[in-house]
Amino acid sequence: MNLHEYQAKRLFASYGINVPRGIPAFSEQEACEAAVALGGEKWIVKAQIHAGGRGKAGGVKLADSIESVGKAASILLGMRLATAQTSGQGLPVEAVLVEAVHPIARELYLSCLVDRASERIRFMASSAGGMDIEEVAAVTPEKILTCAVDPAAGLQPYQCREIAFGIGLEGNQINALVRIMQGMYRLFLDKDASQIEINPLILTGDGQLLALDAKINIDESALFAHADIAELRDPAQEDSKERLARQHGLNYVTLDGNIGCMVNGAGLAMATMDLVKLHGGEPANFLDVGGGATQEKVAEAFKLILSDDAVKAVLVNIFGGIVRCNLIAEGIIAAVKEVQVKVPVVVRLEGTNAAEGRQLLAQSGLALIAAEDLDEAAKKAVEASA
Amino acid sequence: MSILVDQHTRIICQGFTGKQATFHSQQCLDYGAQLVGGVTPGRGGQIHLGLPVFNTVRQAVQATGATASMIYVPPPFAADAILEAADAGIRTIVCITEGIPVLHMLSVKAALRAYDAVLIGPNCPGIITPGECKIGIMPGFIHRPGCVGVVSRSGTLTYEAVHQTTRAGLGQSTCIGIGGDPIHGLDFVDVLEMFQNDPQTEGIIMVGEIGGSAEEEAADYIKIRVNKPVVGYIAGTTAPAGKRMGHAGAIVTGGRGTAAGKFAALKSAGVEIVDSPSKMGRRMAECLGRE
Repeated sequence: MNLHEYQAKRLFASYGINVPRGIPAFSEQEACEAAVALGGEKWIVKAQIHAGGRGKAGGVKLADSIESVGKAASILLGMRLATAQTSGQGLPVEAVLVEAVHPIARELYLSCLVDRASERIRFMASSAGGMDIEEVAAVTPEKILTCAVDPAAGLQPYQCREIAFGIGLEGNQINALVRIMQGMYRLFLDKDASQIEINPLILTGDGQLLALDAKINIDESALFAHADIAELRDPAQEDSKERLARQHGLNYVTLDGNIGCMVNGAGLAMATMDLVKLHGGEPANFLDVGGGATQEKVAEAFKLILSDDAVKAVLVNIFGGIVRCNLIAEGIIAAVKEVQVKVPVVVRLEGTNAAEGRQLLAQSGLALIAAEDLDEAAKKAVEASA
Repeated sequence: MSILVDQHTRIICQGFTGKQATFHSQQCLDYGAQLVGGVTPGRGGQIHLGLPVFNTVRQAVQATGATASMIYVPPPFAADAILEAADAGIRTIVCITEGIPVLHMLSVKAALRAYDAVLIGPNCPGIITPGECKIGIMPGFIHRPGCVGVVSRSGTLTYEAVHQTTRAGLGQSTCIGIGGDPIHGLDFVDVLEMFQNDPQTEGIIMVGEIGGSAEEEAADYIKIRVNKPVVGYIAGTTAPAGKRMGHAGAIVTGGRGTAAGKFAALKSAGVEIVDSPSKMGRRMAECLGRE
């Protein structure tokens, strides 16, 4: 789960990580009031969406009067902002963050995440802040410093100092970075984060370290333990179908194609998408109905798939194991009737009682196309969608 | 021979009296596995599925001599269950639970270093040695005793491989689902080593998916240590970057963990890669000269 920048910065502040003074605003008037409350002569107005690349996309505006703060807010609020990291439609801007402006001496990069290979939390830092870290890693990997944290001992000050000296900090800045990293580490553990990124971490004209941006990702599996974080979820930033799927216990990801896929198991669901593509089609979605593939779940899955107007055919691919294929076939038939599916549906049933299941489908009187083999099923679905 | 579990393996189930655990424990018993008891704290002394229920794993191990455990404990408490099993002397810990917080698993993996225990999963179908021992949620009857070792990050793709090798008359030595989570127990390399050393296993089917670098590490290992034929498939060629595809660990980040990269690594290690999961069984039969 992603947090907004303003939410992440509030968490930063409570963990001793300095951030620019700022106030979130949900209307033009609130933005102007925020600027007045912050004082000063220059402000920055930042669109709050769950994606990076906002600056280049026009989502961050500099203002030198209260009026221009209001104008920036009125432009941003209510728009959909498309950046290099969003889909073409972009994401809705429902809040802006109004902040005091600080002179920047240097831009640095600092993040931490769960490193799968070492099975530890790993910090990454670079003196090339403000840039896309993946680009830095590709072009100048020597500019990236990392350290992995022993889970029993925790983050040690020497690890922070090595990074601080390594990215060219000096004097009081060394201890300031140690405090920032230790705050990040505590925040990471306390809130079950999966990633925390500060890009850029700036060195101000007077030598202070400030988190100019803030990105926090929380482990969805740990939300049961963090009611305060779960409340911060912003459904407007999420794909509506993916949100609906989650409520029904389905795993769903929207894609751009026209062949809807309904599969049991995440691995087989990915493989089904790949086969559609291999046979010249484009999958409209990833969908894992789970092990049971009950009538209720299959019906919900059909509704979800068919709510996408682009879908011209549906490929159902179920491996019946403990739940036998004849029962799954009955569920599919009932669901197709219930949802009144109008597009061709190709069904591949394999596993226990597969022949009986196929016979039920054939005798159903519905426009169901049976397939025995995975490849054959994908081919038939591609043909049906043309 | 087989790996890790056989007809003598004595198993307990943690979270025994829950709905899922009850259903799958019955399936394991029906398959003929030596399930000898279960653990549900507070229900010690009861009988469930005709087997004794214990309050703690330690009591269960003392009373039954179990060396393997099958865990169906809900996600918030699963890490505790894994470590309880390890501390009670369980050697093969199979955790089926999906949705354990990643940081819980970081602590578990660090703590497990102190024990001589093997963890399979979490978020996995489990392990089966056909005709002998089934610990997990896989449909037992699609398996046949035989010569192919199957190791996979995905449940249903494991079943595909099993079904195909059964139909091809090859059967399976042991099948292990290592799970779809980013931090888990046994990895491809661990299982490949066991299959390489197991005389019953003549060929290996390995099913990977996007995310992480376990398949690349497996490729490096196969290149120097495995001389049995390996058939490989990777799911997720069409998965968009930055999106989690069902499994918590199935995500391409920063251009790393792509299916293309994994296919290339396996190919360079001499693995017989297939572009469709429906070809795994046939290709294995070809490799073993049993078409």
